Amino acid sequence: MGSVPIIELKDVVFEYDGERVLDGINLSIRDKEFVTFLGPSGCGKTTTLRIIGGFMNAKSGEVYFDGKECSSVPPHKRNINTVFQKYALFPHLNVFENVAFGLKVKKMPNDEIKKRVSKMLELVNLKGFDKRKVNQLSGGQQQRVAIARALVNYPKVLLLDEPLGALDLKLRKEMQLELKKIQQSLDITFIYVTHDQEEALTMSDTVVVMKDGVIQQIGTPQDIYNEPKNAFVADFIGESNIIDAIMVKDFLVRFQGCDFTCVDKGFAPMQPVDVVIRPEDIKLSPAIMGMKTGIVESVVFKGVHYEISVDCDGYHYIVHSTAKQEVGDRVGLSVDPADIHIMQRLFADDKNTVYGEVTGENTVEFCGFSFERENLSLPEGTRVQLTIYPQDIEVVSEDIADSKAYLESLVYKGKHNELIVWMAERQWLIHSQIDEQVATDIGIKFDFDKIEITPVLTDEEVADSEK
Amino acid sequence: MKNRALAIPHIVWALVFIVIPICFVLYFAFTDDSGAFTLMWVGQIGKYWGVFARSLKLALIATVICLLVGYPMAYIISRCNWLTQRTLTMLIMLPMWMNFLLRTYAWMTLLERNGIINNFLESIGLISEPLKMINTEGAVVIGMVYNFLPFMILPLYNIMVKIDNSLIEAAQDLGCSFPSVLRRVLFPLSVPGIINGITMVFVPAASTFVISQKLGGAKNMLIGDLIDTYFMGGEPNFHVGSMLSLVLMLIILICMAFMNQDDEEVML
Repeated sequence: MGSVPIIELKDVVFEYDGERVLDGINLSIRDKEFVTFLGPSGCGKTTTLRIIGGFMNAKSGEVYFDGKECSSVPPHKRNINTVFQKYALFPHLNVFENVAFGLKVKKMPNDEIKKRVSKMLELVNLKGFDKRKVNQLSGGQQQRVAIARALVNYPKVLLLDEPLGALDLKLRKEMQLELKKIQQSLDITFIYVTHDQEEALTMSDTVVVMKDGVIQQIGTPQDIYNEPKNAFVADFIGESNIIDAIMVKDFLVRFQGCDFTCVDKGFAPMQPVDVVIRPEDIKLSPAIMGMKTGIVESVVFKGVHYEISVDCDGYHYIVHSTAKQEVGDRVGLSVDPADIHIMQRLFADDKNTVYGEVTGENTVEFCGFSFERENLSLPEGTRVQLTIYPQDIEVVSEDIADSKAYLESLVYKGKHNELIVWMAERQWLIHSQIDEQVATDIGIKFDFDKIEITPVLTDEEVADSEK
Repeated sequence: MKNRALAIPHIVWALVFIVIPICFVLYFAFTDDSGAFTLMWVGQIGKYWGVFARSLKLALIATVICLLVGYPMAYIISRCNWLTQRTLTMLIMLPMWMNFLLRTYAWMTLLERNGIINNFLESIGLISEPLKMINTEGAVVIGMVYNFLPFMILPLYNIMVKIDNSLIEAAQDLGCSFPSVLRRVLFPLSVPGIINGITMVFVPAASTFVISQKLGGAKNMLIGDLIDTYFMGGEPNFHVGSMLSLVLMLIILICMAFMNQDDEEVML
C-alpha cells in the first residue's frame, strides 16, 4: 500500500437548504486502499462520495486528488469513476456499448476498445453478453455491467455508492467477495458507501463510521468492531450490550454496583463512561460460578448460536451462546477483562446542567422555559444552576409537549434508552423506555418539580463551571 | 373481459364524429353533383401544388423553430425541483387558456403597419419607415410557433422528466462534457418525445387556416384556407374541398408513418 494519500479531504463542510450535511470532514485515503463509508441514512456518506466524484461542491474546505486541489475540476476531467446506486446504465445501449461508453468518449481506436471491453466483461463474468439489452439483464448482471463500465477506464479511484443495495442476500455475499477480488487484482483504490455494517467489515481495509455529517471513527474493521470509540459506533457495528458505568480509576470500572477489572486507562477518576460488551464475549455458567447472576428471559435459535436475553438486576443483557439455556433458569455471567470495552460517553455528563434566572417570586426561567417553585426564597435576578436528571424529562406526543426537540441519537442501555436531543441550542440527555426514530423531532416534557436549584453568584463562576 | 364495456362511449363517439364524417368526405371526393362515381376532382388538385408546398414548408419551419426553442426549455424544466416544474409547466400552458382567435388578433396588432412594434421602433428612431411584417410568410411562422410551442414543450418535458439524473451524471463520470452528454445520452433517450412534439406541432400547423388568414393575407394562402374557401366561401364546392382534405390527410399520414418507423427503431 502506498503511503501518499490519493485523496485527502480537509475541513469539508457541505450545507443543503441551510442544513449542515457535512460538518468538518477530515480524511486521508491511501492509494490502493479499500475504504468504506459506513453510517445510517442521512449521515452524509453519499454526500462525501459525491464531493470526491465532483458532482457536488463543498461549501468550504479542500479536496485533494493525488496531491492537487481539485474542488473546481468537473467530474468528466477527474480520473475517478463511479458505480451508481441504481447502476444508471444507458437504456439505449447494449452491454458492449455501455461498457465501451467511456472509451468512445475518449476517442480510443475501435480495436483497442474491443480488446479492453471484452477483457473487462470477462473479469466480471459477463463473457458473451455483449449484444444483450441492459434491461434484459438481472440485477446482479446489471451490477456487473456498471462495474465493468467504470473499471474499463482504468480509473485511479473507483467510487461505489451502495452498489449492492438492490440485490438479494445471497447474491450480495457473492458480489462482496468478488468486488474485493477485483479490487485486489486491479490494485486500485475503492471508496465504498454502505449502511450495512457486515458488508463494511467483510470488504474494507479501512472503515469510516459517520453520523450526522461527522466522522465518528476511522479504523480497520477489527479496530472498529473490537474497540468502538463510542456507544453509537458500538451500537451500529453489530449487536452490543451498552451500559452506563463510572471509571473508578485506571483499569477499574464500576457498573451495576460492582467494580470490574478492565484493560483501559487514561480516563479521569470517577468519569462517567459507557461500557460495551459484545454478546459473544459473555460466558454463561452455572449460577454460583458467574461474576453476576441473572434469569434467562428468552432464547431464540439463530442457526450458529442461541440469542439469549438475561435479566440481571433489571439490566437486560444479550448473550450469544452455542449452549442452549431454559427460560427461567438462573445463570451466571462472566466476562474477560479484555472484553470489557470502555468508551467516552456521547453525552459527557450523566445529568443535564443548565443555568437560569429567578424572574419573579417563586418563578425560574431557563432556556426559554419558566416554572414556579414554592418557597424558593431567592431574590429576583439571582442566577441559578439547575440540575435536571435524564429520567425527569419525558418523551410525549407533540401536542402536550413543553417543547419540540431533535432526536440525535438513541442507544439501548440495558435498562432504558439513552436519548440525546438537540433543543434550545444545546444537547439534552434523556432516559426513556420509548423507542423513537432518530433524526426526527420528538415532543419532550419536563418534570419541573424534580429540578434541583442552586444559586450561583457571579458570571465568572458560571463561565468557570461551564468549562 | 368486462372492462371492454367501458370503451363503448368512446367507440360510439368515434363512430359518429370521426368514422361517419370521413365516409362523407370520401363520398364527396369521388362523386359528382349527380352522385355518380368520378375521378375528375383528382385532376383539380394539380393546380394547387404550390399551396401544398407552402403549407408544408411553413409548417416545417415552425416545427423546427419550436423544437429548437422547446428542447432546451423542456430540459431545464425537467431538472428543476417538483414545485418549480409544476409552476413552469403551468406558465407554459397559460396562453392556451386564452382564446386561440384572440391570440392571433393580438399578433395582428403587434405586427401591423401601424402596429405596436413598428410604432415603437419608429419612436426610438431605429427605423424611418414601417417594416413590412404582417401578411408575410414570417408572420405566419411566428403565429404558428406562438400557438403551437406548448405542444412541443409538453411531450418533450414528459419524456425528459423520466430521464434519471444519474444517467447524466454517469455520462459525465465517463468523460462527457455537456455537449457530449446531450449528443450521446439526452438526445437518444428523448427521441420519443421529439417525435411526439413534432407530430403535435406539424399536423395542426400544416392544416391551420386561422393563422394564415389573419397574419398571412391573401398572398400566403395555405391548404387550410383553400379547404375553408371551398366549403364556406361564395361558391362552395364540397367535392374539391373533400379531395383537398383527403390529399392533406394522406400527406400527413405518410409523414407520420416515416416518423413512427424511426421511433420503433430507437425504442428497440
